[in-house]
Formats: sequence, structure tokens, C-alpha cells
Amino acid sequence: MAQMTMIEAIREAHDVAMEADERVVVFGEDVGFFGGVFRCTAGLQEKYGKSRCFDAPINESGIVGTAIGMAAFGLKPVIEIQFADYVYPAYDQIVSEAARLRHRSNGDFTCPIVIRMPTGGGIFGGQTHSQSPEAIFTHVSGLKVVIPSNPRDAKGLLLAAIEDPDPVIFLEPKRLYNGPFDGHHNKPIESWKKHPQGEVPEGKQIVPLGKAHIQKEGSDVTVLAYGTMVYVAEAAAAETGVDAEVIDLRTLMPLDLDTIVDSVKKTGRCVVVHEATRTSGFGAELMSLVQEACFYHLEAPMVRVTGWDTPYPHAQEWEYFPGPVRVGEALRKVMED
Amino acid sequence: MTEAVKPLSLNVPEPGCRPGDTPDFSDFEIPRAGAVAQPDVDVDPDDIRDLAFSIVRVLNKEGDAVGDWAGSLSVDELRAGLRHMLTLRTFDARMQNAQRQGKTSFYMQHLGEEAVSCAFARALQPGDMNFPTYRQAGLLIASEYPMLTMMNQIYSNAEDPLAGRQLPIMYSSKEHGFFSISGNLGTQFVQSVGWAMASAISGDTKIATGWIGDGSTAESDFHAAMVFASTYKAPVVLNIVNNQWAISTFQGIARGGVGTFAARGHGFGIASLRVDGNDYLAVHAVAKWAAKRAREGHGPTLIEHVTYRAGGHSTSDDPSAYRSKSEAAAWPLGDPIERLKQHLIKIGEWSEDRHAQAEVEILDGVISVQKEAEAIGTLAGGKAPSPRDMFEGVYETMPPHLIRQRQEAGF
Repeated sequence: MAQMTMIEAIREAHDVAMEADERVVVFGEDVGFFGGVFRCTAGLQEKYGKSRCFDAPINESGIVGTAIGMAAFGLKPVIEIQFADYVYPAYDQIVSEAARLRHRSNGDFTCPIVIRMPTGGGIFGGQTHSQSPEAIFTHVSGLKVVIPSNPRDAKGLLLAAIEDPDPVIFLEPKRLYNGPFDGHHNKPIESWKKHPQGEVPEGKQIVPLGKAHIQKEGSDVTVLAYGTMVYVAEAAAAETGVDAEVIDLRTLMPLDLDTIVDSVKKTGRCVVVHEATRTSGFGAELMSLVQEACFYHLEAPMVRVTGWDTPYPHAQEWEYFPGPVRVGEALRKVMED
Repeated sequence: MTEAVKPLSLNVPEPGCRPGDTPDFSDFEIPRAGAVAQPDVDVDPDDIRDLAFSIVRVLNKEGDAVGDWAGSLSVDELRAGLRHMLTLRTFDARMQNAQRQGKTSFYMQHLGEEAVSCAFARALQPGDMNFPTYRQAGLLIASEYPMLTMMNQIYSNAEDPLAGRQLPIMYSSKEHGFFSISGNLGTQFVQSVGWAMASAISGDTKIATGWIGDGSTAESDFHAAMVFASTYKAPVVLNIVNNQWAISTFQGIARGGVGTFAARGHGFGIASLRVDGNDYLAVHAVAKWAAKRAREGHGPTLIEHVTYRAGGHSTSDDPSAYRSKSEAAAWPLGDPIERLKQHLIKIGEWSEDRHAQAEVEILDGVISVQKEAEAIGTLAGGKAPSPRDMFEGVYETMPPHLIRQRQEAGF
């Protein structure tokens, strides 16, 4: 099994999919010759030619809109939005068109596209390179929303997304591109290649959409997290000594509610963590679902730890980003209540 | 010392005529029929820049077909074209009335614009894909899509092919080259370019057409479509139907300072021309030329169809509130059905009697289909799609949360 960074794992997923199916085409800003600003598509143009991997004009609506047309023709486009913060010009094409095409045409036309985008903070990107828009897309009927937290899942989930017959929003936590995160911002990034979860199976190893992963088993409290926050939750559990069960959701839509409910019924407590802004964030949905399914099993009020309801700041990003201290306080609170 | 200057003021363009005014199209420059030469399909867009400011016309006032662009259709095809336009107009009138009778919620007719979609459809080949707006049902009528299916959708009855999920006139038929219509304006324009790019990527021979109204050219997706079509030389024909009105807003608001909508193509290096949208022969000839150009790999073409929306925007619109009631009658390019009819009579292939007889036959046919559709159901009653249908097809496989919601709803 090869040791890879998340970037390399994503690149390999493209490679495996393009090798297996000539309908898979890859494009976006800087994606072709240069291989993307994060280099996730490096080498693909050289290997598969300019008509299957190419640069696009700086026009996100055009990138998504043309991908929809290509999908209607019968191709399987995998497109890159350079940062999730830039997806908003394409919002109409995603929510009004891609998401609804199958339903509104009663299956006459379908839209098997994957929209990849780096998401989240932790790299001093300021408010235009740090946003986490997942809740916006989980609110839209017809989309699937995926966020991997390690190279193995990034490859397997991306391969599943490319095979999926419906449009998938694939959010890549850029803080995790090069290495895992111990939850502390004042330490240098250690490469995934020195980390067990940097191990990536060769070939076509699918990680199915809609299945959560129990990152760490525990009995005191269930922590629901995804992407970068999985590691913050682990760090908080280690530092507080609370025996938390950390669940990496991996797919927000469709959500693996069964795994969540089983865990909360076992622990009786629940903390939700995400770095996106709080109000109407995906955490609100998670808490509603847990309340509906587990109310009589809860031994304490649920708590959520999130980014603040402000634009993502540049200089203060570590005060914005939920770290192990804030998550640790939440763990203690639910244990004391 | 500061120089005294007058306060600035905003320029808001106004149409030449409002309710109560006398329509005046005297400043609308109309070249005579046959005046515009037909270039070779591999022409460099730079060499036909003047075509974006003129209008390709074939039928003259006397009903003769003249010039380079004449002769793209046989007599039988012309008679078929007349039948398609008459059918669309009759269908529209019946469905407009059905809406007024409460049998459906909404309708949009094509009055005055029948030639644009009916003639264009006959220049395409099976497998080509249109990305239409809500005012190109002629693409379906002219490609023999079953009228009963159209009515079933308008009535949202149990046989609606879209299971009651879409607005009445937002048809979808992959088989008939008609992409699912969106109400979000302009989105389909760039999708058509993507479909055409996919055909090129796949080494296929099919082409795409995009459709947009004059008002929607102001949408960002219009410009996205132009830049993608231009960059990748996509095999696509991009159509702007300039029917003068975007609901109550006249075309000058979207057009801004540029001379014509077609002229927008120049900034992208796209071959651009205008056509008399009320001239069935001209629309067909230009469509055939542009389709050949796309199919032979010479890249995209932008066509501005100059026409007039004689009816309201939709059944929810009252055009007398914002434009002169006599404006449609004063439209200088005439009525497309009347013009083709006169041409066929002029060449001895039609007559007033045959026309009257055809109108009766078509009306009988449409009424017969309408009875068949209404026997199944209308929005007001009869057999309807199942509420269960709204949960189906959101995804290929229904995810657990939707299964739970469907059960909660009792279906």
C-alpha cells in the first residue's frame, strides 16, 4: 500500500477513473497544463490529452454549466472550482440546474458530475480562501455532499463520486492536503506519508457514499465531525481524558444517520463540531436529527462548537477555527450536565 | 478655483411607443429581401462583420423568394412548414383558452414567432440537441413530437411524461432533441455549449443549439456561453430570439449601447448574423448554413432572430399595460404564417381555399387531441400523477431520508 498525501490520492483517483472510463473528463481553472493550483490534476493532461483534461476560462458558472451539458451528452465531467469561496457565481447552475435535472425531466436527462473544491481554513487564506459552504449544498434537493478527512477516503470517496449517477459536491479540506492535523495550529504540518492514514490502496478501491466512519470508539460522548474537525475532536478527547466516540461523517448528504443514532444511544451525549459559521450550519441539522431520534437517550443537552457568525478573518483565524480547547470545553460541559 | 459642472443624470432607455401612442418603426432599418449575400460556411467571422448589422431576408413584399439564401426548401417542405406553424398557432390558441378555463395554471404562446422554431427544427438532424427556452415549442411540433404528450404535460394529468413536476410548457424530450427547460433564464445557453464540446470531445458528429431571449442576453450565462463557445470552437449554433419585449421591458434595456444583439458576437470572434425571424425561408436557410458550419468544424455561429412577440409574455401578463395595442399590427416584418402562405400562393402551390380547408383540418385535429387529453385529466380534475412521484427521481436511488419523508407523507 502506497503512502500518499491527500493531493496525491485525489490525483490517483482521477487517474484510475480516467484510465477505466473514457467518458471521464477533467477541467477547471489552471487544471490542465499546470495541474491545478494545488496540483491535484498534475500529469493528467500529459497522459490523457488536452480534450480530456483542460484549462477553463475564469467563469465558474460556465465551468459548471458546460459540465451539465457534457453530462447530458453522456460524459462524466469532474470539474474543479479553485476554492470553495469561488463557487457562488456557479450557484444557480448547481442548485437550479444540476441538482434538479433528473427530477424535472423525470430521468430523461441526468447529471453525473463531480464538483471538486478546496474548503475550510487553517492556511491563512482570509475570508476569500477559507469558507466552508457545505450547509448551503446540503439544503439543496438532488445534490450529494462529500468531505474526506484522509488520503485513503479522499481517493475512495472521489472514485465513488465519479461513479455516482447524480451530481456530487466534493469538498477537500485544504488544511489536510499535505498532512494530518493534530488540532494545534502552532505545529508544522507533518506529511501524510509518515501517518498510518496516509496509506492508500492501489487501483479502484471505492469508499461508498453515505457511510460514516467511527474514527475513535468511546463510551462517554459522541462527537460528530467531518474534514479537519475530526482531528480537532480527537485532540480534544485526548487532552480532556473524556472517552469520546469520534464519528467522521464523510458524507453529509446522504447522511449515515444509523451510525450516528447507534452511537448517541450508546453514549447518551452528543457534541457537534464544524468550522463553518454557526447559524443555520450543518450542525443545526445534526442536532435536530439526533434530538428527533435520541431524545429519551440523551443525558445532557447537546452542544455545538463551530466557527463564529462572522466572515472568516485573516489575522485571527485561530480564534475563529474551533480548536481542541473549545471542543474540550464542550466535552467537559456535556459530561458535567 | 473649481469649475462649475452640471449634476449627472442616469440614462434609462425608453421604447419608442407606449400605450396610447402611435407605433412608429420608421427608424428600424430593414434591408430589402435578397440583399444579403450568403458566405461560404468556412468564412472567417471577421469577413462577415457587416452581417451582424443587416438582416438576412428571402421573402419580399410580393411573396417572391429572392437572393442567395433562397432555395433551401422544396415545395413539399414549404407546405409542411406552413402546416407546422398553423398547428402551433392553433395549439397555442386552444391551450391559452384552456388556461382561462382553469384547466391548467399557466401557458405561454408563440404568436408571431412561429417561424423561428418551426423553420429551425427542419435544418437539424436526428440526434442534434436543442437547449430551448419556453418559446420554442415549434421545435417539438416540427419534429413530430406527439401533441397528446404535450397536452398531458400542460394538464399535469396522469399521463404527463414529467409526472406533474414541471410547469406546463417546460417540456423535455431527449429523443426529440429537446433539452429539459429551466425557468432560470439563460442557464441553458452555456449548457448547450457544454453539450457541443462533449460531442467534439467524443469525436461524434452531432451538434447543439442554444436558445435565449433578447432580455436574457443580459444574464451572465449568456457571456459564459459566448466565451466557452469561442475558446473551444464548439459545434454549436447560438440563437438569440429578439422578440422586442422581455415581459414589460423593451429590448433596448438588455441591449444597451451596442447596435444589435448579434454584434455582441464580434467581441468573441464568433460568426454573427441577423435574420428576419418572420420569414420561414430565411430562418431555415440561415439555420442550415450555421448547422453545416458547426458540423464541419468551423465553430459556433450567433444568430439574432428579429421578430415580434404579438401576444402577452404569458397568461399572467397584460401587454396593453406597457405597449401600444396596435404595435403588433404595425410590426414591419409582418406575420410569418401570412408571408409563407402568400409565397406558396404566388408560386402556384397553394390557394386561399386550401388554406381555409387546412385551418379547419388542423383545428379539428387539435380539438380531437385535446378531448383525448382532457379525458385523462386536467389540473382541475381527472386522473393525476401520484404524490409519490414527487419523491421519485430526486436521486437515481432514493436515499434513506427521502424514504422516511415519503412514508411520513403517507405515500
